[in-house]
Amino acid sequence: MITITINDQKVQVENSSTILQAAEQLGIRIPTFCHDKRLVPHGACRICVVEVEGARNLMTACTTPVAEGMVLYTDSDKVAKTRKEILELMIENHPLDCLTCEKAGDCKLQDYCYQYDVKEGPFHGVKKSYKVDDTNLFYTNNQNKCILCGKCVRVCNELQCTGAIGQFERGFDTHVGAPFDKGMEHSNCVSCGNCVSVCPVGALMPKSKERFRYWETQKVRTTCSYCGVGCQMDLVVKDNKIVDVKPAEGPANDGLLCVKGKFGYNFVNHPDRLKTPLIKKNGRFKEATWDEAYALIVDKIKNTKDRYGADALAGLSSARCTNEENYLMQKLFRAVIGTNNIDHCARL
Amino acid sequence: MELYRSHVLICGGTGCTSSGSKNIEEVFRAELSKYNLTNEVKLVRTGCFGLCEAGPIVIIYPEGAFYSHVKVKDVTRITEEHLLKGRIVTDLLFKESVVDSKVRSINEVDFYKKQQRVALRNCGVINPEDITEYIAFDGYRALGKVLTELQPEDVIEIVKKSGLRGRGGGGFPTGLKWEFTYRAQGDQKYVACNADEGDPGAFMDRSVLEGDPHAVIEAMAIAGYAVGADQGYIYVRAEYPIAVHRLQIAIDQAKEYGLLGKNIFGTEFSFDLEIRLGAGAFVCGEETALLNSIEGKRGMPRPRPPFPAVKGLWQKPTLLNNVETYANIPQIILKGPEWFAGIGTEKSKGTKVFALGGKINNTGLLEIPMGTTLREVIFEVGGGIPDGKAFKAVQTGGPSGGCITADYLDTPIDYDNLIALGSMMGSGGMIVMDEDNCMVDIARFFLDFTVDESCGKCTPCREGTKRMLEILEKITEGKGTPADIEKLESLANTIKSSSLCGLGQTAPNPVLSTLRYFRNEYDAHVHEKRCPAGVCQALLSYLIIPEACKKCGICANKCPVGCIDGVKGKEAYKIRQEQCIKCGACMEACPFKAIERK
Repeated sequence: MITITINDQKVQVENSSTILQAAEQLGIRIPTFCHDKRLVPHGACRICVVEVEGARNLMTACTTPVAEGMVLYTDSDKVAKTRKEILELMIENHPLDCLTCEKAGDCKLQDYCYQYDVKEGPFHGVKKSYKVDDTNLFYTNNQNKCILCGKCVRVCNELQCTGAIGQFERGFDTHVGAPFDKGMEHSNCVSCGNCVSVCPVGALMPKSKERFRYWETQKVRTTCSYCGVGCQMDLVVKDNKIVDVKPAEGPANDGLLCVKGKFGYNFVNHPDRLKTPLIKKNGRFKEATWDEAYALIVDKIKNTKDRYGADALAGLSSARCTNEENYLMQKLFRAVIGTNNIDHCARL
Repeated sequence: MELYRSHVLICGGTGCTSSGSKNIEEVFRAELSKYNLTNEVKLVRTGCFGLCEAGPIVIIYPEGAFYSHVKVKDVTRITEEHLLKGRIVTDLLFKESVVDSKVRSINEVDFYKKQQRVALRNCGVINPEDITEYIAFDGYRALGKVLTELQPEDVIEIVKKSGLRGRGGGGFPTGLKWEFTYRAQGDQKYVACNADEGDPGAFMDRSVLEGDPHAVIEAMAIAGYAVGADQGYIYVRAEYPIAVHRLQIAIDQAKEYGLLGKNIFGTEFSFDLEIRLGAGAFVCGEETALLNSIEGKRGMPRPRPPFPAVKGLWQKPTLLNNVETYANIPQIILKGPEWFAGIGTEKSKGTKVFALGGKINNTGLLEIPMGTTLREVIFEVGGGIPDGKAFKAVQTGGPSGGCITADYLDTPIDYDNLIALGSMMGSGGMIVMDEDNCMVDIARFFLDFTVDESCGKCTPCREGTKRMLEILEKITEGKGTPADIEKLESLANTIKSSSLCGLGQTAPNPVLSTLRYFRNEYDAHVHEKRCPAGVCQALLSYLIIPEACKKCGICANKCPVGCIDGVKGKEAYKIRQEQCIKCGACMEACPFKAIERK
């Protein structure tokens, strides 16, 4: 542990921590765009700059490690002025369409501009102008809104390990896209949507059929039902209807999802979705209760076992089940029914 | 060893090569064989002599005769008169070589008199493509000494004692950097050389690599031994084909001679070297961007700390020095740190190579002891400003530096003095400006460069430099307001203090230093809509002086937009200002100088 002074407050912090981590411990909020603790420190957006005594320039809190005796200010006049100017530079090159932008209410740029009282860019210079790339089935890439924090590219490379997107050109013309700027459809994107999830602004957005504002929704934490991994996620719900899904930080997924978990939620509210078991009677499926369904299954298993022996039965388990459920399934077949005919869909 | 009575040295630097020195060499070869002189006269294609202004250059020893602006047709005369009959062809010599009809040797010419060549020691002296010539000039003796007589700690101590500071621009003490890398923990360490010289008008590193590549190779092997690395990389820009070519030849020869590779000089020490080509991005001269580029990643800087000495190439401790820094090392080992520390000022030791350009008589490459004044460099070595114009400012440090005015010409050049003046040493570009240069336009020029070369990673540099450029363009177009100057200054300070790497942190320097010394020029552009130097086109107007006009009508014929009215022979011509595109064609065409620009 070492001692540092933040905003005239002496504190003991782990010597391996960054200024940002040390400040978080004290409940001091430092704005960030490009920071993500799962990724290699990037230091690109510069919004987290703080004043460190003795340093020639302002230092980024997200990349600078603390040192014994360090004296720093997270909200001095110089820091506030610099952050405001950085926000002005960002908003200068960003559409002012918050009124219709679907990210409104969940947009870090909007939040910080409010916090630092930035209404518009003061320079009246050129703005970038890119065609929106909507060639991916699940999301759109609107580079006019991108602030180049680089999180999407880094998540794709460092965590998802697909390497589908990168940055192209340099300087003012830098932008994010698929190789050779050919459009997302020509990339090896697997549509996991993790880039969309980390985008702090409205540059990468899900193609949503619903119109909603984030402040009209509530989040429901749940476990993804698609497979046995157990990814944690937040369903974004408006009027009892899922309108978006955001990955949550769970031990199994660490804030990542796959294409199904991220985008495959429309079945939940689909009118064709089965909500009760169906039992075929007189050649037609009829709705039934779970008790009726279980009774029928038990009955059929018993009959089959009596007439043809236990090996006439086979169990096929699903990858959507957890390990524990799969264990119980084979236990049921081996110990209760008495057959080794048990397999799993992931082997097919 | 063969002995020759004369040596003909032909400059093979980029400047002289592009003005035809290769042809000259071929003709010399033919002439020498024609007169059967091949066994008596040795022809050597060397690196850069430095005085590029006078190229192509041929120097003949033992006389030290300095032939300048040599043409192919001069070769026969030089061969017949000088080499055959022993008569120096005085009318082909460099103008300053003949004083009172006496011929002076190259070393007595003003351009060379004040110079002291350490890094450029062998440039223009040896054939860089022949390792034996380098060895004959004490080459690889320093490496031999280090490997057989010194411990790594001793080598680091020598470099520390010498006071050598990084010549790439930052001026960080080289010995300390070596010590940090030596101390860093790692199963593998690397040594890298930054040869991604990118400042406009700078060609120091290129000349060292073209003229004396073995000096860099030897120094890197020494550094490898000192810090504990067995692999080195030279990152050189692909736009330097001659340097790359000669470097590769030098590496191959060193390997052949056992001076690179396994068990060098029969010791346990092994060291290998590879070239990595850069694709021309200025930012790749920044050390962490350079490392990314060597690793095959996009050339963008990484946050520091961790510094390369701790986590460099592939996260392993890496020593990264610039070409010129390395070029000093063998000399420091051989002559001792005290000798090196004896040159220069208190905090800046040794010599520095500068590329002198702009409004200066002797454009070229020079190496002077630290502490030489700007005045000495510009007016003695550089030969002053052409056409009797007045000196206005000198830009040091390229686009990252700033301008220094006439008031400070007697400042001794060293790292700290230049920083105190709001400029910096940089890698050694020195661009001289005279009274005809508009300082707002100069700032715009450098900003244009940095906007182009910003990598786009961090917000202040990517977005901020662009806005600064837009404001400067507005001002030079006469649309600037006083508020623009305030915005410019505030933005410049923000970019300086919050950018990720050296490129962004120094990009506003040309603006801040011109604002500091030439605010009156900004004010003239903004308040009076006037460009005092007469450079900014939008602020100029062309006027026909009625009394001087001979009514010939040539101007009206030349005008591409037809905005000059008058009647030939009868009525003086007049320019319709609102349509004039200010191309200047009329002024150029007027035989009577009746058109003025204001």
